[in-house]
Amino acid sequence: MSTEGFNTVDRGDTDLAKKAYGMPGGRAASIPSLGREFEPTIFELSSPGRSSHQFPTTNIPEFAPDELVPAHHLAKASPQMPEVSERDLVGHFTRLSHRQFSVDLGAYPLGSCTMKYNPKVCDSVVAMPGIRDVHPGTPSAMCQGWLELLVELEEALCEITGMAAATLQPAAGAAGELTGLLLMRAFHEAKGARPKRVVVPDSAHGTNPASVSLAGYEVTTVKSDERGCINVADLREVLDSDVAGIMLTNPNTLGLFEEDIVAIADAVHEAGALLYYDGANLNAILGVTRPGDMGFDIVHMNLHKTFATPHGGGGPGAGPVAVSERLKSFLPGPRPVRNPGSESPPDWQSPQFVWETPQNSIGRVHSWHGNALVLARALTYIWIHGGDGLLKVAQRAVLNANWLRVRLSETYDVPFNRTCMHEVVFSAASLKKRLGLTALDIAKHLLDEGFHSPTVYFPLIVNEALMIEPTETESVQTLEALAEALERIVDATDDGGDASYRAPRNTPVKRVDEAKAARRLVPTFDAR
Amino acid sequence: MPDYTPHTDEEIASMLRFLKLESVDDLFNSIPVAIRTAGGLALSPGIPEPDVTARMNELARANRSGAEDLICFAGGGAYDHVIPPVVSALASRSEFVTSYTPYQPEVAQGVLQAIFEFQTVVSRLFGLPIANASLYDGSSALVESVSMSLAGSTSRSAWISSGVHPQWRSVLSTLTRGRELDLRTFALVNGETEWPEVDRLGKESSPSALVVAYPNYLGCLEELDRVRKICDHLGAAMIVVVDPVAAGILRTAGDWGADIAVGEGQAFGNPLGFGGPYLGMLACTQDYVRRLPGRLVGETTDSEGTRAYVTTLRAREQDIRREKATSNVCTNQTLMAITAAIQLSWLGRQGLRELALRCARGTRYLRDRLVDIEGVEMVTGDAPVLREFALRTRIPSSKLITRMAESGFLAGIALENLTAGKCDESITRSDLERSILISVTEKRTRQEIDAYADAFEKASQP
Repeated sequence: MSTEGFNTVDRGDTDLAKKAYGMPGGRAASIPSLGREFEPTIFELSSPGRSSHQFPTTNIPEFAPDELVPAHHLAKASPQMPEVSERDLVGHFTRLSHRQFSVDLGAYPLGSCTMKYNPKVCDSVVAMPGIRDVHPGTPSAMCQGWLELLVELEEALCEITGMAAATLQPAAGAAGELTGLLLMRAFHEAKGARPKRVVVPDSAHGTNPASVSLAGYEVTTVKSDERGCINVADLREVLDSDVAGIMLTNPNTLGLFEEDIVAIADAVHEAGALLYYDGANLNAILGVTRPGDMGFDIVHMNLHKTFATPHGGGGPGAGPVAVSERLKSFLPGPRPVRNPGSESPPDWQSPQFVWETPQNSIGRVHSWHGNALVLARALTYIWIHGGDGLLKVAQRAVLNANWLRVRLSETYDVPFNRTCMHEVVFSAASLKKRLGLTALDIAKHLLDEGFHSPTVYFPLIVNEALMIEPTETESVQTLEALAEALERIVDATDDGGDASYRAPRNTPVKRVDEAKAARRLVPTFDAR
Repeated sequence: MPDYTPHTDEEIASMLRFLKLESVDDLFNSIPVAIRTAGGLALSPGIPEPDVTARMNELARANRSGAEDLICFAGGGAYDHVIPPVVSALASRSEFVTSYTPYQPEVAQGVLQAIFEFQTVVSRLFGLPIANASLYDGSSALVESVSMSLAGSTSRSAWISSGVHPQWRSVLSTLTRGRELDLRTFALVNGETEWPEVDRLGKESSPSALVVAYPNYLGCLEELDRVRKICDHLGAAMIVVVDPVAAGILRTAGDWGADIAVGEGQAFGNPLGFGGPYLGMLACTQDYVRRLPGRLVGETTDSEGTRAYVTTLRAREQDIRREKATSNVCTNQTLMAITAAIQLSWLGRQGLRELALRCARGTRYLRDRLVDIEGVEMVTGDAPVLREFALRTRIPSSKLITRMAESGFLAGIALENLTAGKCDESITRSDLERSILISVTEKRTRQEIDAYADAFEKASQP
């Protein structure tokens, strides 16, 4: 593409117009063209008898299988695993990786997912043998470094959220939600109360109502008002003694801060219910405000979003849950704590950090101590940033989102067009009406432009929603390139020209037939 | 102050002018002043990467790791297996590491196909036709499997063998608290679950499922034919918790008649990592496909007929079904699943079998040496074991483990720490305090095992 228009375009700001940005960044358009071929499966690349494994020399005496295990337990044949050389193994998975978009390749403005850059130093920390190769059943006196790390992380997360204590066990956001709701349940039960309902706004993530059901509660939906927020009067109407709590995302999934949060908290607490904070959007408010100061009782965080741990193609995440003082005794256990009785300097008989199960603990929510290597990455990120750095993260995430909102507001509808937080929700509703261009079309065209798509059709309350979260790690040059791509998609369609093709066409495969996948399910190679 | 944002002061000023704002603070005007964090967060100031690395290195040195100075004989659901450089190199490719859930299949064929291959190897390991794209860990796979059985049943109860990992059972009981289930636990006697006799069973309190582990927590191989018979009699689902390494030589869960099989996949390429991130594996029969939790990848074609992959049967999932979904899982453990698929491809058919045999041989060799020591005996009698076994000595196992650490060994897992109460009915509380669970992987050499046995002989003296 030409960069000419890019350098001279007037955005209503003389400095910006005068200054040459340089080449637009963040597009993954320079990756090699991969042709129109599929990559065979590892099973098709296999040849019977080929292998790549190598085991250490151990000199352990031979035993025949039926000397080791009673014969009727033995399989007639071992499971049919792939049989490839190391060279073919490397070739296959390297080629697969070339068929995959990632943050490291280009901008990934997938709303609600906070696809920021993941600092490499965090990966190197968890590659230290003293961090990586520790068995989780190691007696606490022999893994004081790990316990200290977890305690430090818990304390930092509590400071960031304004809460009293936290569990680091939940393995992802949804696991944190269920944990938090079970804490809510335990809190009410300890008072002899058995409320049956939890209030969830209609703009909430799908995991919220799903978690509510799993915790044994019924969902009461409360509608967002014309400003995209919770209306306190509407909320009061559904609040009664049968309500255990409310789950709120703040800023909400429209990217808007719930301005009446203090009044909401008061109303909820007056009704004897608890406030649950879904931390999906915590990135927007780091160091600016804290859920605890807003009045929340339970907070889950998504460390893979806010604290930049890599998303891994869909996990691992980590979903710690922090609570206020009155919920502390219900937290899952065992949890790592500073040992009040420890001598200084600490010795093996009296270690500085110990495991402790809270008095009224709901029990374990993870096989061990949580996604520990994810937790270590998050602490690394927090230490590098410190309090000031985290504030800067939030400020720049919000600055980027607002810049895009204003930059694109003439091309795309902005249903709630006021200062947003870290993400902005556009709508393709009028484009659909005028040009037949849907949110899905725009998402697919954007892939051809070398960007990942925004989140589409969410939140459910916005027609043809396009939810864009640029994050703080994208430069204004990348934002400009993204904006131009989004404009180009509309302009091309408007001209009746180029964009009327069925996108994408520059990607490793064209539009994927989802209906066919569901109609005739092929979940394994053997089902082909 | 270090950070990863690209903004120059000049750019920030110009972006603010574009927004017609005076300062960055104006972006936050919708947040009431009363709840603003005045004075900033009380965290230490940010420090540069090298300083953080040094600090983390200090913490690392305060751990005794398997790689450095404690030769690992501990298992109990977390195992010290070989992770070859080729697997680490492939699994750390940033395209896999820094992408997310494949919502846009056209640019996510790499992750989707890797998951498809993972589903295939899990299906083959467990001998069942359907496998999902991963869950958090073994315990979450267990919880989801019980939920699957409940969703298709009027029963509100499940019967669980005490041979299922005690920490997983604890997770099951925590996460189902809100659903008022009747989870009945059946004790082990000499390493085998004491289920009720089939002919004494009425149908009045039929469970939705029976859950049994193979091998179980104490390392023993249980007779699964019996479990299948009880399930048939009661109309319950048979859920088998499988050790996927042992599956290299054992009959598959599907072959034993399991409806659902779950397991912990850490052993395949994922480091001990102080307990996570690990990998929940789950496979089932065709009957359960509509109740499968989380992501499922299916093969399809693109608009030109080229082979392609996509997440499918999405109507099961939380973002569409919301409160009616049978599971809330969203982000799972994709990177661990990809890693496992790579490691299993590296192992191959012969390597997987060899892996299981090597673990079993080392286990046998060590066990034979240890039971010769005076005052040391098997906890589970004559029950067959494969790659892990429980011993009773004359001293508390915590003391034994501390002494063994002085000789450079992580000796095993102290069974006194069993959090979920009784495990084997034939073991008394004081027996339990003197019991230790020991595991041998393919990494342990004869020399290490001999040294361990010598140290054990001394350390286990009262």
